[in-house]
Amino acid sequence: MKCCVCKNREATVHLTQIAGDKVHKVDLCEECAKNKGVNDPTGFSLADLLLGLGAAQQVDEAAGGVEMRCRRCGFTQADLKKAGRLGCPDCYRTFADALEGLLKSMHKGTRHVGKVPAALRQVEDTRELIKQLQKQLAKAIEEEQFEQAAVLRDAIKQATAQLANAATPNKP
Amino acid sequence: MTLEAFLAPPAEAARRSGPHDRIVMSSRVRLARNLRKFPFPGWAKKAERMALYELVSPALASLPELQGAFAEAMDHLSPLDKQILVERHLISREHAAKGAGSGLVLDRNETLCVMINEEDHLRMQALRPGLQLRQAWTALDAVDSALEKVLDYAFDAQLGYLTACPTNLGTGIRASAMLHLPGLVLSEQINPVIQSVNKLGLAVRGLYGEGTEALGNVFQVSNQMTLGETEAAIIERLEKVVLQLLEHEENARASLLERRPRMVLNQIGRAYGVLANAHIIASKEAMNLLSLLRLGVDLGLFPGVDRSLTDELFLITQPAHLQRLQAEELDADQRDEVRAELIRARLKSVRRPESPPRPPPEAAEAD
Repeated sequence: MKCCVCKNREATVHLTQIAGDKVHKVDLCEECAKNKGVNDPTGFSLADLLLGLGAAQQVDEAAGGVEMRCRRCGFTQADLKKAGRLGCPDCYRTFADALEGLLKSMHKGTRHVGKVPAALRQVEDTRELIKQLQKQLAKAIEEEQFEQAAVLRDAIKQATAQLANAATPNKP
Repeated sequence: MTLEAFLAPPAEAARRSGPHDRIVMSSRVRLARNLRKFPFPGWAKKAERMALYELVSPALASLPELQGAFAEAMDHLSPLDKQILVERHLISREHAAKGAGSGLVLDRNETLCVMINEEDHLRMQALRPGLQLRQAWTALDAVDSALEKVLDYAFDAQLGYLTACPTNLGTGIRASAMLHLPGLVLSEQINPVIQSVNKLGLAVRGLYGEGTEALGNVFQVSNQMTLGETEAAIIERLEKVVLQLLEHEENARASLLERRPRMVLNQIGRAYGVLANAHIIASKEAMNLLSLLRLGVDLGLFPGVDRSLTDELFLITQPAHLQRLQAEELDADQRDEVRAELIRARLKSVRRPESPPRPPPEAAEAD
């Protein structure tokens, strides 16, 4: 087996990380392992290592030979490869394809399941409420319960207005 | 107010106590947050960083948690002040290297610290003595929720909080515990233990975080993954592992005393001997020996001596604290002399370790 960093020497260091039900494997030769600090268990983290070697390759593949550049901040694919960091929040959209595989290998999942800012959570809740109301409305109409339908229609109107207000927050 | 006047004196800082603090020195939870309309600090131009600083500072100042806080721009702090903050684990080494456009806000109790324009626009952390990861998270969560009302966070429904480095994406959370593990080091179990912790998706690092050496047998254990898991699940997983490490460490200490009491006594006795008699001592050696002294105190070999003695020495023998204490700039050689003198003076009233050891104190902590 060849080393996955230099792709030249024989891999003698094999690392496995298991988190939940995910297994990450990295095979390195002596020299690359040393360069990556694998010999010093305290200074080593697999995420950093994976980021280091995966990034350049995946960014190139995703770009398909075209030099990508963030329209908002001017950060380029070359910058990403060099820094392993992004330029601005919008870069996540610009480089979405390049990052996808990387995020998969780095994290437990690719979808955020943690905290959501309260304002956004309200928007989500309101959207869900509108969906429910629309279902009920359709049912009421079908059953020719027009009084009930009128109430539901007003409720939907109100919720939709709320949503429009929430979409334009007064923030700095 | 100067930083010196603001920070608790080392003796007071060393007496802070919390659950399991015999082994878990402190708990910390950090959140990375960025503002939607600004480039990340590493890519932003100086004017953009300054503008962000101007925007974020009043928002932080308005928080009830940060009334009476110490707030300062990094370019207004002396190199010595910055180093002191690093030695207290209040800011990262990276942040200490920052200048104009970066800053920090530290609350009155030194339990909440916000770095502005570190790698992300905001790096806020809650700190607690002992094992208090949940408490730290609850406190920080509240601060974050208050801030999101006045700051326009970069948040994506799919990816969560957007961060400069994809390794922090999602929750932006890094929870960590600082552990004193001399038993596992002396019994040579530390490497396999670190490896198995790594396999659980947790990182083990040295005293000052990323890429640092485990001086004084102090290790930081933290989560690596931030996306695809809730904050509560991340903290719970870390807490479980920390509790296991705690048990391993107690077992290692107990079995060392039972099987190799002479080796343990030898190590602690020699550490005492050097610390109590050295005239020149480097910071690294001092920390490693103080760690053994701390172990001796834990094992009841120094009756009447409190753990805060070693913890205070741990802090004040570090380069910046030493220079602050002496109120003058010292070169490395001078520091080694002053450090030795300081330790000798503090250990004058400490009698050498008793031997043979009394029956080891119960492993369980009274908390």
